[in-house]
Amino acid sequence: MQTLDLATQPLREVNATLQAQGTGSNATDWEILNPRGAHALAVGLDGPLSVTVRGATGYYTGGMNKHATVHVEGSAGPGVAENMMSGTVVIDGDASQYAGATGRGGLLVIKGNAASRCGISMKGIDIVVGGNIGHMSAFMAQAGNLVVLGDAGDALGDSLYEARIFVRGTVKSLGADCIEKEMRPEHVEILRDLLARAGMDADPAAFRRYGSARKLYNFDIDNASDY
Amino acid sequence: MTEQTPPRMSATFTPEINAEIRRAAATGIYDIRGGGAKRRVPHFDDLLFLGASISRYPLEGYRETCGTDVTLGTRHASTPIRLDIPITIAGMSFGALSGNAKEALGRGATLAGTSTTTGDGGMTEEERGHSKTLVYQLLPSRYGMNPDDLRRADAIEVVVGQGAKPGGGGMLLGQKISDRVAEMRTLPKGIDQRSACRHPDWTGPDDLEIKILELREITGWRVPVYIKIGGTRPYYDTMLAVKAGADVVVLDGMQGGTAATQDVFIENVGLPTLACIRPAVRALQDMGLHRDGVQLVVSGGIRSGADVAKAIAMGADAVAIGTAAMVALGDNDPRWEAEYQALGTTAGAYDDWHEGRDPAGITTQDPALAARLDPVAAGRRLRNYLAVMTLEAQTIARACGHNHLHNLEPEDLCALTVEAAAMAGVPLAGTDWVPGRMV
Repeated sequence: MQTLDLATQPLREVNATLQAQGTGSNATDWEILNPRGAHALAVGLDGPLSVTVRGATGYYTGGMNKHATVHVEGSAGPGVAENMMSGTVVIDGDASQYAGATGRGGLLVIKGNAASRCGISMKGIDIVVGGNIGHMSAFMAQAGNLVVLGDAGDALGDSLYEARIFVRGTVKSLGADCIEKEMRPEHVEILRDLLARAGMDADPAAFRRYGSARKLYNFDIDNASDY
Repeated sequence: MTEQTPPRMSATFTPEINAEIRRAAATGIYDIRGGGAKRRVPHFDDLLFLGASISRYPLEGYRETCGTDVTLGTRHASTPIRLDIPITIAGMSFGALSGNAKEALGRGATLAGTSTTTGDGGMTEEERGHSKTLVYQLLPSRYGMNPDDLRRADAIEVVVGQGAKPGGGGMLLGQKISDRVAEMRTLPKGIDQRSACRHPDWTGPDDLEIKILELREITGWRVPVYIKIGGTRPYYDTMLAVKAGADVVVLDGMQGGTAATQDVFIENVGLPTLACIRPAVRALQDMGLHRDGVQLVVSGGIRSGADVAKAIAMGADAVAIGTAAMVALGDNDPRWEAEYQALGTTAGAYDDWHEGRDPAGITTQDPALAARLDPVAAGRRLRNYLAVMTLEAQTIARACGHNHLHNLEPEDLCALTVEAAAMAGVPLAGTDWVPGRMV
C-alpha cells in the first residue's frame, strides 16, 4: 500500500498523485493519513484505485469519482461523492448535507446518518444510508436508488422524478408528488442486491418504497398549489 | 349634432395589458417566453463617445493599429484564455437550441477568434468539436455534468444567476425534450424539465469557495473559473464572487436572454445592464483587481461595436452576446414571416422559444425545423457579425485616440439622460455633472 500524508504533502500533490493513477497502474492501493477535515480530497479520480482515508474529511470527498473505491474511516463533510459517475465511496461515520448530490452512477455507502438533502438531484447513483437522513432528501431526484435503514426527515422526495426511495423506518413527511408505492418482487431484488453490496444486514421485506406520482411532470394550473 | 367626449384609452390599462389579462383569465397560466426584458430601460443608446479634439489625439483609422485581444483568467489558472476579440458567445443550452445551432455558434466563434459557452444541458460533440475555446457551465441542474467534459473544457463557468431571471430557475417544456435531450439530462422524454434556482451542493460564498477548490483540483488548476451573476446587487455580488475565488466575473443585465421564463419575471426583476457595470467595476477597483487580476465580462443587450466599446469604456474587459448571436444565425429573420404569422407573431417579436416551433430552426428540437439551419453558413454569418462589431469598436476607439480597446475609459463617455449619467457614472452631455457622485 502506498501512503500519502496531508501533514506533510499539500492537497494538490495528494490529489494529483491519485489522479495520475489511471487504468493499468500497478499502484492501486493507497492510504491518506492526517486528512484533518480536508476539503476536495480524492476528487476527480479515474481508475480502479482503492483509497483509504484515515480520518474525517471535509467538503466534496470523492467528488466526480470514476471507477475508484474511496473509503473514509471517519465522517465526511457536505457533498460527499457529488456527481459521482461510477465506483464506490464508503463513509464509516456520518455524512453532512448533500451527500451524493447529482451523482450519476456508482455506490455511496454511509454507515452512519446523512444530513439534509441527501441524494438531491441524483441522476443514477445508488445511495445506502445505515442510519437516518435529513429533510428534503432526494429533492428532484431523477434516477437511481436511495436506501435508508433508519428514518427519513421532512419532505422526502419532493418534486421527485424517476428515482426510487426505500425506507425501513419512519418518514416524517413526503414532499410534493412523492407517494408510497407497492413493493413488487423486482423492487425487493433491487433492494436485496443494494444491501448486499453495501454490506448492510437488513431484511428487504422490512422496507417501504416511495416514488413519484408523476402528477407534476407537466405543468397544470390546477396543480399549482401542490408544488 | 351632439358633442361627445371622444373615447379615451387608459394609460394604465392599455390594449396590451388588457389582452394579457384576458389571456391569463382564459388559460390560467402566466405567460412564459424566451429572450430578455423588452421594456425600455436606460441602455448604451443613452451614452455617447466624445471623440478626439484638441485635448485628445485621434489615431488614423486605416493606418494605425488598435488592439482587440483579451486574456481571461489570469488570477489562478495556469492556462488563461486568450481571445482575439473581446466579444464572447454566452451560454445557451443544447435543448433550448438545436444541435445545428450549437455547432454554428462554435464555428462562428472559432472563426472570429473567440469563445463560446455550453449551457444548461451539457456539452455536445458538435459544440466541442467546432469550438476552439469552449467554456463549460456548471449550473444548478448539473444536467450532463461529468468530469471528462470538465477536463476537456477551456474554462468553467459557475452559473449563480442570469440577468433575465436573477433568483429564478428555468423550465424546458416537454415538447422540446427529445430522446437525445432526455438522455443527456437523465429525464423521461416529454416531461416539463425544471432547472433549479439554487445549486444542490453549496449555499453561500463560503461554500462556493470550496466548490471552486474542488473544480480546480479536478482540473489540475489548469483552466479559469468564471462566476456568472445576474444583475441585482453588482457591487456586493462581484466582491463575493472574487472572494469565492473567481478568475472572471460574468455580469448579466436584465436585457440578457433566457430560453424560457415567466414574462413577469423577465420584465420586473433585475437591473438594466447599464446600471450593473460601474458598481461591479468599483468593487474590482476597491479590491485592487480591476484590469489586473480579475476580468469582468458584461452581457445583456450587446448589439453593436458601439455597445462593446461603451461597455469596455465603463470598465468591462469583454462582453458576451446571446440574443444578438441568435439573430446573426437567422433567428427572427423576416424570410420566415409567413410562418411567424401562422404562429400568431411576427418576425422580430417571436419569443416562444420554449415551444420548439422556431421557423428558423434555432430554438427547436424538431428535426425538420432544425435542418433548416446550415451550421456552416450560419457560423459564417456569426463570424461576419463578430468581425463587424470588432471593426466598429476599433473605429470608435481610434477616434478617441486609443490604440487598444482596453484603453477606452469613462472619460471618453457622456450621457444623454440624467438616468443614464447616474447609472453609468459619466457626465450628462454638455456638463460636468455626474448625478449621484459625491463632490
